Amino acid sequence: MAVRAIVRCSHYQDSMALMRLAEALRALPGVREAAALMGTPANHEMLAVAGLAIPEAKDAAPGDLMIVVSAETDEAATSALDRAAGLLEAKRRVRETAGRAVPRTLESALRQQPDANLVAVSVPGPYAKLVALRALRRGLHVFLFSDNVPLADEIELKQAAARRGLLCMGPDCGTAYLGGVGLGFANEVAPGRIGCVAASGTGLQAVASHLAALGEGISHGIGVGGRDLSAEVGGIMTTAALEALAANPRTEVVVLISKPPAPGVMAELEAAIRTFPKPVVVCCLGAAPRGDGRAPWVRTLEDAAHAAAALARRQPWTARAFTDPAAVRTRLESIRRGRGETRVLGLYTGGTLAWEARLLLEPLLGTVGARLDDRGHRVIDLGGDEFTIGRPHPMLDPEARAARVRQAGRTRDVGVLLVDLVLGRAAHPDPARPLAAAIHDARRAAEADGRALVVAASVVGTERDPQGLARQVTALEAAGAHVLPSNAQAARFAALAVKPDLAPALLGGTG
Amino acid sequence: MSVQSLLEQPLRVINVGLEVFAQALEPDGVSVIHVDWQPPAGGEQAAAILARLDDEGDLA
Repeated sequence: MAVRAIVRCSHYQDSMALMRLAEALRALPGVREAAALMGTPANHEMLAVAGLAIPEAKDAAPGDLMIVVSAETDEAATSALDRAAGLLEAKRRVRETAGRAVPRTLESALRQQPDANLVAVSVPGPYAKLVALRALRRGLHVFLFSDNVPLADEIELKQAAARRGLLCMGPDCGTAYLGGVGLGFANEVAPGRIGCVAASGTGLQAVASHLAALGEGISHGIGVGGRDLSAEVGGIMTTAALEALAANPRTEVVVLISKPPAPGVMAELEAAIRTFPKPVVVCCLGAAPRGDGRAPWVRTLEDAAHAAAALARRQPWTARAFTDPAAVRTRLESIRRGRGETRVLGLYTGGTLAWEARLLLEPLLGTVGARLDDRGHRVIDLGGDEFTIGRPHPMLDPEARAARVRQAGRTRDVGVLLVDLVLGRAAHPDPARPLAAAIHDARRAAEADGRALVVAASVVGTERDPQGLARQVTALEAAGAHVLPSNAQAARFAALAVKPDLAPALLGGTG
Repeated sequence: MSVQSLLEQPLRVINVGLEVFAQALEPDGVSVIHVDWQPPAGGEQAAAILARLDDEGDLA
């Protein structure tokens, strides 16, 4: 085994570009492992943990790029590093021969586009305030994708935005739609009459995708970031977004997507909803649903889309556990049950989807943990901060989750694996493929051990997404997964698979 | 520009950070300029200092 490295000083590349570079190197002959990382302390630690920390790289500073390769032979390692150098050089040449000079600062970008109206910021969290505040001071709205941004920075940014009558969407805002254009991780959804205010990227993606399947469209989807409804931030951007959609002519119905707000903020939010001038659907995942003609509070993301479409069409609507209970029964009959009691393990890339699954499973199965080392049923958000410092998000790098899926196949107490898959323009080009391969391997491993592993899945996406919804669903089904039309239905299916006596309640009839 | 104006006009975006987001806007024909952003030399501590200098510039 040979481990070799090169370091490029003052050569910053964004995390996704680096991930793609590492992926390209891993595919080369003889290469076992490859890492392309900036020389931050966290990344040095990660290299050490991976057995890739070598003297050549140890002096790399945060602004320096380290490329480390572990290969079967010296030749393979050297060859891979040559390829890496070539790829970096090619990228540099593309930059320099581009029609205009690529700006390196906000100020120089504004000289090229003085009538810009939005700055999309996705720099590492500690630098987010620096960039976003400059944009706000120039009178520009901000889409702030960055996470790991200090709470104090968020408060300062949103207060600065509110003072100027500007939007600061985020931090931690994964998705937004403005005038039919998707920002961040967005699915291809037609423009339409439903407006959304979302404290969750994947929550907005799920609602938007369900609306598209129903033949409705999005006027605007304003992201506010995951902490907007906390006591400290106080719902600054949620308030601004609701006001904007109330006044927006294209918006006929509004959907609010979030977790339950802090108690003080909840009271204000309820008041705002009661007096809202248009029909509004509230999906506060974890708050008790309540009926109210023009302002229903619903239990799931899927229900939010259905309720909004019904309000727009002036039609009645009631929540259902399954779109097609007969199909669910057929699937359950085909499941070969293993011995004894087994557990549900959820491995999620979308935090809101994990949250929704946990909320649905707990009343059905009892306690559901959120940590990998929990005993009993557990649903894990693999995109959580503890898994993604210095590492690509599992939505971008499917291999991280694939490894855990394979491990689930070797874990005795796991009877049901529950997963999500998120499509969209900026997402991985074919995320079903690595997940399907891992599901296939996991089921085989379980079978070899005399156990049955049931896999329940749902896909967030639309047919117009580059990955194609139907193709992705087919790939998962071919690997033996049961793909349900929504995350909520997949979670209920998982519960039925471990606890068949839930059937009368969830499926009606004699189960 | 007010929020309402933003919602009623074409987007003209400056993208700072992950290049994939600028690339994702191109098929829509959205006007987008990507900034080849680099962290300030000196890392996160420098960023905090620069942000304070920006503040002082405001007060000046």
